[in-house]
Amino acid sequence: MHIPDGFIDIPTSTAFGTLALAGTAIALKKAKTEVDDRTAPMAGLTAVFIFAVQMLNFPVAAGTSGHLLGGALAMVLVGPYAASLAITVVLGVQALLFADGGLTALGLNVFNLSVIAVLVSFLAFKLMVKLLPKTKSAIALAAGIAAFVSVPISASAFTLQYAIGGNGTAPVETVFIAMFSTHLLIGIGEAVITALTVSAILASRSDLVYGWSRKEVALEIRS
Amino acid sequence: MNQSKNNLKKFYAIFFLAALSLAGGLSYYASSSPDGLEKVAEDEGFLESAKDSALSNSPLADYGLAGLDNERLSVGIAGVVGVVVTAIIALALFTLVKKRN
Repeated sequence: MHIPDGFIDIPTSTAFGTLALAGTAIALKKAKTEVDDRTAPMAGLTAVFIFAVQMLNFPVAAGTSGHLLGGALAMVLVGPYAASLAITVVLGVQALLFADGGLTALGLNVFNLSVIAVLVSFLAFKLMVKLLPKTKSAIALAAGIAAFVSVPISASAFTLQYAIGGNGTAPVETVFIAMFSTHLLIGIGEAVITALTVSAILASRSDLVYGWSRKEVALEIRS
Repeated sequence: MNQSKNNLKKFYAIFFLAALSLAGGLSYYASSSPDGLEKVAEDEGFLESAKDSALSNSPLADYGLAGLDNERLSVGIAGVVGVVVTAIIALALFTLVKKRN
């Protein structure tokens, strides 16, 4: 779901770029509450893992594929602020090295994937942790549900950008329905990959998983 | 203590190698159909509004090494380079932002 240059006009791209920059500045400031000497490599490797899995497009319907966005996965593994920075690094590498996602669209992509996807995942995960039992499998399930929710919402953030400054002529409602329904399907893949990865890491090093080792913190202080 | 430190290093090494093999090997088998956004843009008639990125002629554009015909090798090299570059930048960034203890 990397927006190329041209889909959204420059004023709108600039406005969302400013929001993305503000989000990144906040994340830079707050990430030190999540990352220490022991977990700094975890945060870095989470970015690396998400870059790798984003290359693995899976088919979702006739002639359509999707790939992991990774906002929920990163959020559960390393915390929301570090997750946002990790995804932004991935988007930067993809745009600058692989011409995947436009340059003027980088702010749009950071807003949708590093800010909105992570924020929505965080809220959904927090809610699920409150509702579900405090077991490892429930945490993996909560991560999967957060992942599922985050994808159509991020897709809707694109629709919002299209509504404000889209260069196409298709009506906004049509784009909204198409984006939302397609990304509901992609969200299923996102949920499966996220839940499997979280449960594999929980099985080997649960102490490194933010959403498990700091689930009480996630519920109380960070609200 | 030492034991747990070794385990931690081993875990990080496995995590990195998993990413490396996904990007360098499995990526060849990824679906080449348009992704959700591209498909919607095509169906709703705004795909033509896309402009090539200013970097679309870069040697690794679109996850392939320019001039290399072997598709498996081409995407594999792109994946490995991407993993290594992401690792350098992300590890440096988190070393800078972490809380020192």
